[in-house]
Amino acid sequence: MPRISVTVDGIRYDEEVEPRLLLVHLLRDRLGKTGTPIGCDTSNCGACTVLLDGRSVKSCSVLAVQADGCDIVTIEGLSTGGTWHPMQRAFHEEHALQCGYCTPGMIMAAIDLLHDDPDPSEEAVREGLEGNLCRCTGYCTIVRAVRRGAREMSQEQEGVATS
Amino acid sequence: MTEQLDAGVVARQIKESDVLGGPGGGREVGRARRRKEDARLVTGRSQWTDNIQLPGMLYVAFLRSPMAHARITRVDTSVARTQPGVVAVFSGQDFAAEQGSLPCAWPVSEDIVIPDHPPMAVSEVRYVGEAVACVVATDRYKAADALDAIEIDYEPLDAVTDMTAALDEGSPKVHEAGNKAFTWTFAQGDIEAAFRDAAVRVERTFVQQRLIPSAMEPRAVVAQTDGDAFTLHSATQIPHILRVMLALTTGIPEHKLRVVAPDVGGGFGSKLQVTAEEVLCLLITRRLGKPVKWTESRSEGNLTVHHGRDQLQRISVAADADGRIRGVKVDLLADMGAYLMLVTPGVPLLGAFMYSGIYKMDAYDFTCTGVFTTKMPTDAYRGAGRPEATFAIERIVDELAAELGMDPIELRRRNWIQHTEFPYTTVCGLTYDSGNYEAATERALALFGYDKLRAEQADRREREDPVQLGIGVSTYTEMCGLAPSRVLGSLSYGAGGWEHASVRVLPTGKVEVVTGTSPHGQGHETAWSQIVADALGVPFEDVAVLHGDTSSSHKGMDTYGSRSLVVGGVAVVQACEKVKEKAKQVAAHLMEASPDDVEFTRGEFRVRGTGTSRTIQEIALATFAAHDLPDGFEPRLDADATFDPDNFSFPHGTHLCAVEVDTETGATRIRSYVAVDDVGNVVNPLIVEGQVHGGIAQGIAQALFEEAVHDADGNLLTTTMADYLLPSAADLPAYTTDRTETPATTNPLGVKGVGEAGTIASTPAVVNAVVDALRPYGVRDVPMPCTPERVWRALGQARTPQSTDGGLS
Repeated sequence: MPRISVTVDGIRYDEEVEPRLLLVHLLRDRLGKTGTPIGCDTSNCGACTVLLDGRSVKSCSVLAVQADGCDIVTIEGLSTGGTWHPMQRAFHEEHALQCGYCTPGMIMAAIDLLHDDPDPSEEAVREGLEGNLCRCTGYCTIVRAVRRGAREMSQEQEGVATS
Repeated sequence: MTEQLDAGVVARQIKESDVLGGPGGGREVGRARRRKEDARLVTGRSQWTDNIQLPGMLYVAFLRSPMAHARITRVDTSVARTQPGVVAVFSGQDFAAEQGSLPCAWPVSEDIVIPDHPPMAVSEVRYVGEAVACVVATDRYKAADALDAIEIDYEPLDAVTDMTAALDEGSPKVHEAGNKAFTWTFAQGDIEAAFRDAAVRVERTFVQQRLIPSAMEPRAVVAQTDGDAFTLHSATQIPHILRVMLALTTGIPEHKLRVVAPDVGGGFGSKLQVTAEEVLCLLITRRLGKPVKWTESRSEGNLTVHHGRDQLQRISVAADADGRIRGVKVDLLADMGAYLMLVTPGVPLLGAFMYSGIYKMDAYDFTCTGVFTTKMPTDAYRGAGRPEATFAIERIVDELAAELGMDPIELRRRNWIQHTEFPYTTVCGLTYDSGNYEAATERALALFGYDKLRAEQADRREREDPVQLGIGVSTYTEMCGLAPSRVLGSLSYGAGGWEHASVRVLPTGKVEVVTGTSPHGQGHETAWSQIVADALGVPFEDVAVLHGDTSSSHKGMDTYGSRSLVVGGVAVVQACEKVKEKAKQVAAHLMEASPDDVEFTRGEFRVRGTGTSRTIQEIALATFAAHDLPDGFEPRLDADATFDPDNFSFPHGTHLCAVEVDTETGATRIRSYVAVDDVGNVVNPLIVEGQVHGGIAQGIAQALFEEAVHDADGNLLTTTMADYLLPSAADLPAYTTDRTETPATTNPLGVKGVGEAGTIASTPAVVNAVVDALRPYGVRDVPMPCTPERVWRALGQARTPQSTDGGLS
């Protein structure tokens, strides 16, 4: 069985995996990273989105062997020293979740979206999150949250830059 | 504020500091509290059923029928049993003696046909996806692999997927007793006279397409046993009902069965069910003595989570020349699918009393026939019966307005119940306790900029602009707060509609609330904490809400039908009242005063007219110590309450939708959407806004995007999210929302419920808008979902001279 080495939320794991094992099953069933849920089997819903080497991927459409040597961040690795990531705070503040099942993927996808567009318009957020489905909120509060998160992230970065 | 507002402006006015004035003028009720639930959900610490891993756990995978209708002639599991990691393989025959029949709790008529519904098919399959065998293996991949090694021979039987065809004499029979499950009728007033004497009669047939509820969390079940007692974790809305039903189905005594609904990722009615997989996982764990888990894939779920809607509605309305509605007739066919599940036959009945909407009329006549087809059973889906009824009446009122050449708002004004007329008993026999349709409509018209949009519409029509503007109106009400037990009894439902709450005051003054409601996104932990904080004068943070586990919350009727706050929230209030009364006895004793002289404000008992006081926390500790209590006082402040409402609640509102329809491509774009809802008093405006938004989105989805499609052989063609179009953020507009507040008079909180309002209201608003845009071309209806192709075809048909629907209106 192939042997892979991955770093997940700052911890290195060396694992023997079947070539067909999906990254999301490695995360959930082997590493106990159950914060990343599975919502579909056709990579439409985006609930399983994680960051792989800094960019968002749907972890149901990546094989664990493809993640060999990669650095993965899941929703569980976002907060630092007990402080939530600004995007987590924004989702809470704007009531951008109800059942919360899509939320981990939505937050990870939103963070990646800001890589390319740090201050997205409402339309840009809607287009950018097209690959993440939510059945509860109707998306308005998610759009607000992403834009709020974006503002707070850029403020934090400015704070870092000037300190 | 009469100008049209940017989407979301109203909502953004909600601030942390807002106190919108709830019952009793409390500090917490009415406040936009951020939710307690969020902390685990935004950090990935939530407890979904599929997260559970137990030592020695085995994984179940189901083999499902590839045929809509067939006899099972041979099953061979011998090869599958030898596959690596496979612990057991079972077919229906293996469970035949013990699996019982999945329950239907709503036998709506004396002569209803309730066919036997084995959780795993034994001799015949009646829909694609029905479980026919299962593999139990050491991991989920191995279980899925071994399914391929099970051999099953089928003798195909004819499928029937169309309700009307299923009622034909020569139709293939889904069950031996035939394809008619029941006929249910209701009539009030002289319908013949109403239609005979009317100046105008309009008849339409509307198709409520079949929908797939699509909660984001797929179903999952974990079953375990210690050899005597059983624990079942399930992604369910109804742990309490499930426990009773599973006990009755499997023979496991109720007191030996614990059911837990941990974090549940949405339901919308789809998890209001007793499923084959829940029963079978219990039976498997009983056989093997090992914990087992089953988690569905999405494509498995699209096939086998109960579907929603699927009704054919023939509705006619009779009116005077001035628009006064005389009567409404409804002839409904409801597709049950292949079996009757938990409340399958009751769904159309939940709509039966809502076809008169908010309007006064002399007569009403309703007939519903439940029909079997070889498809997945239907059952509750957000609104359950009421969206269908509201759609039909709101659509036909717009059609009547067109027939009369009258503005649809004006026609509604002439017919709706005036705010001075409440309480009002409708032609359907319901007593609406309160409402103000005028106020909600005025507000909505102002936010929408109705007159301006009508002017633009006239201009575009004049110019023959290829992109036409349509305006859709929906002035809805709904029947919420399910439900008064006596009413449910009179409709032959198998249970009551009360709700339970316990309030436990801990020695340090912290409070635990145990509720029988079972939230799956609704935010009960937050809202119930707000209610208790006000009632007992304790900090919001000092309240914990326990739910969803029959070992900690032993009694409840769970969450559906916009009932949690209206019934469950009231039970919480009533339990708090009992706690306060007990605490007052102790406080009076400690302060050496008569209880009559003690008053309670914001957590403090004070002897009237003195400076002597005790906090509720001090009373809690004194009661715990029990050193100095009144003679005969039982040393506890804890209290229970079970609330059974006398009446339903009736939220209402006005939704207005403007669409742009490209008459060359058929594409529809929602240009603006305004919703003014009256859900009575509000506990948390943030949660209410969220529920309204999500509801509108689901209603728009029915209007424009979603449809479960079967081929003639009964194969579902929309088994994946790639085929079944759930709208994304890019597909949906922003909404402008606002509220009017007319408190319900039938419960002490004055609340009405909000979970289903948006879905009920929005579908007709959108379709009315699409049809309104196309009306100059002679289009009188576009079947849902109003896809570009359907719009384009409707235009084409209307333009064809021989079309029966043609002609400018």
